[in-house]
Amino acid sequence: MSKLKNIKWKQYIVYLVLVAVACYFGVFGLQQNLNRSTTILLEKAAVAMILAVSLNLVVGFLGELSLGHAGFMCVGAYLGAKTALALTAAMGPGNELLVLVICLLVGGVAAAACGVIIGLPALRLRGDYLAIVTLAFGEIVRSLFENLPDEMFGGSLGQQSVRYDRYQLFIIGFVLVILTLAVLQNLIRSKHGRAVTSIRDSEIAARACGINVTKYKLLVFTVSAFFAGIAGVLFSFTQNKVQPTTFDYNYSIEILVMVVLGGMGSLNGSLIAAVLITYLNEELQIVLTGDLAVLRGLLYALVMILLIIYRNAPALKGFREKWNMKRFIDRMRKHDPAKIHDDEAKWDRVPTKIMVDEVLSVDIQTSSPYTPDKRKKEED
Amino acid sequence: MKLLETLLNGLSSGSTYAMIALGYTMVYGIAKMLNFAHGDVIMVGGYTLYVSAVMMGIHPLLALLLAIICCAVLGVTIEKLAYKPLRGASPLAVLITAIGMSYLLQSVAQMIFGSADRMVRLFDLGRITVGSMQISTYTIITLACSAVIMAGLSLFVKYTRIGRAMIAVSEDKDAAQLMGINVNFIITITFAIGSALAAFAGFFMVLKSPPVNSTLGAMPGIKAFTAAVIGGIGSIPGAMLGGILMGIVESFAQTNPVIAPFTVAIEFSILIVILLVRPSGILGKKRREKV
Repeated sequence: MSKLKNIKWKQYIVYLVLVAVACYFGVFGLQQNLNRSTTILLEKAAVAMILAVSLNLVVGFLGELSLGHAGFMCVGAYLGAKTALALTAAMGPGNELLVLVICLLVGGVAAAACGVIIGLPALRLRGDYLAIVTLAFGEIVRSLFENLPDEMFGGSLGQQSVRYDRYQLFIIGFVLVILTLAVLQNLIRSKHGRAVTSIRDSEIAARACGINVTKYKLLVFTVSAFFAGIAGVLFSFTQNKVQPTTFDYNYSIEILVMVVLGGMGSLNGSLIAAVLITYLNEELQIVLTGDLAVLRGLLYALVMILLIIYRNAPALKGFREKWNMKRFIDRMRKHDPAKIHDDEAKWDRVPTKIMVDEVLSVDIQTSSPYTPDKRKKEED
Repeated sequence: MKLLETLLNGLSSGSTYAMIALGYTMVYGIAKMLNFAHGDVIMVGGYTLYVSAVMMGIHPLLALLLAIICCAVLGVTIEKLAYKPLRGASPLAVLITAIGMSYLLQSVAQMIFGSADRMVRLFDLGRITVGSMQISTYTIITLACSAVIMAGLSLFVKYTRIGRAMIAVSEDKDAAQLMGINVNFIITITFAIGSALAAFAGFFMVLKSPPVNSTLGAMPGIKAFTAAVIGGIGSIPGAMLGGILMGIVESFAQTNPVIAPFTVAIEFSILIVILLVRPSGILGKKRREKV
């Protein structure tokens, strides 16, 4: 029982941290003595967190690579901005929060609809093909919004949008992050989430177990797109103008970097990486000006490559097992890894790949009394 | 006449795409991975041409040779450094590394050459008038060269020892290894050939429009990649077909003023439609998944 309490506390600490941050800055925000760069950083961090967490659902838990996350965000941002303009004109001032909520729903649902559309071919494709289809989707969306007649979405100049009060928007942003996190964590911990992770580990095995792979892939795509759309709407409220060039291929990659850096399949990791990268972006923009701005891309690329090789290279398996944090912590606590705990299925960690090799590689010794003797059988 | 001109332009830009798509498809067939960095090898080829032909004043054809060698070496180096350690890891990990590699090449190029365009004017190409048609010499050179290269490649794969070993590796890596084929060597050769083709593509692109910058290869790379998937990735005729289809669609879409802005959207929509109808591309083989 004490263990259970411990786990619950661990599970909710991330919400506590988010609430604490929102409250800390919120107090200053409501008194309106927060400087401009801090509010912008907080808003950007909130958008990035929602994006990273929702992409992690597809990449980390479903195990499919989506390179069009910025496309979903683009749909949300444009439709959110358009709706906001129309609603503000119709309802007049004073209803900002209501307008924001309606826009969030509109943008989210529109992006989710796109998620269904892109999810449908996704059911028939896998792996590399899916990556290229999502990439194509992102490019299609961006070029459509850029090239549609100027009266509709402002063309290449960008769509006008409504800037929300900057002392309050980041609080709403953090509330949205918490909501997103709650929905996704509960989804992953549910029966459906288990089904999704089982598809990641082995699609054939999942199908053999009676899991409707099609349904779950579509579900994950739709949910992920919905939250990307919400992030897009939030983004549109942080800007005076939504520009199509924001949502290019590189932006999708940047979200992917956040997910990879934070750890695929770890929501908390995504949150931390999203904040870290947003912060670094802002700071490095000041430090690295002109030609040095390239160093940022170089840094991200190197980190991504090295991290993936370190985490995945088959040759480094022994090294990873010897030198990792978990083992280090275990050693500090004098934990004996040989001892098997009956409560191994912890709820704070979705079970990862079952090591089939380890399960199957039981040493069979012919001299063992438990193994049936082959020769005896042949004699019979 | 206008129709024929558009068709010829489409064929020439299509054969450039086909050249790039061949690199994607060969690497996919043999290493079973999407080499996202392939498009940026084109860019490296473009910069090599700039350094050798414009800065050092070497004859353009020698510069092309140099670019081919540079790109081949670069391709092999990328494979050894980034992809080889991940052989046997999950496809997702390899894919992300490839994306990272593409990003890295772009950043390095931008660091060395800055973000400004560099002009690479190799030859003074005129136009040829046939009847009432005006065809740029570039179109003819590209078409002829790529026809020769593609034919050569097809013959190479079909009739030489290494080519047949490539087919064997792409069919079944383990069985090929048991038959005494050096799989590592074949993968290296494949990366070298693919990157050399990228250098050719870079040469054609520079002939068409002189400015070279760090994102030179990004968009054509993605388009050629789409073309490879349309044709059926892993199949060499498929890549040629997909590339040429892509080029023709592009050139016809660009001549119509109404749909010209949506060229990119149309090209990518074709991909989605074709994958919906034939999930493994036009000429792709369907692979049954086994446990």
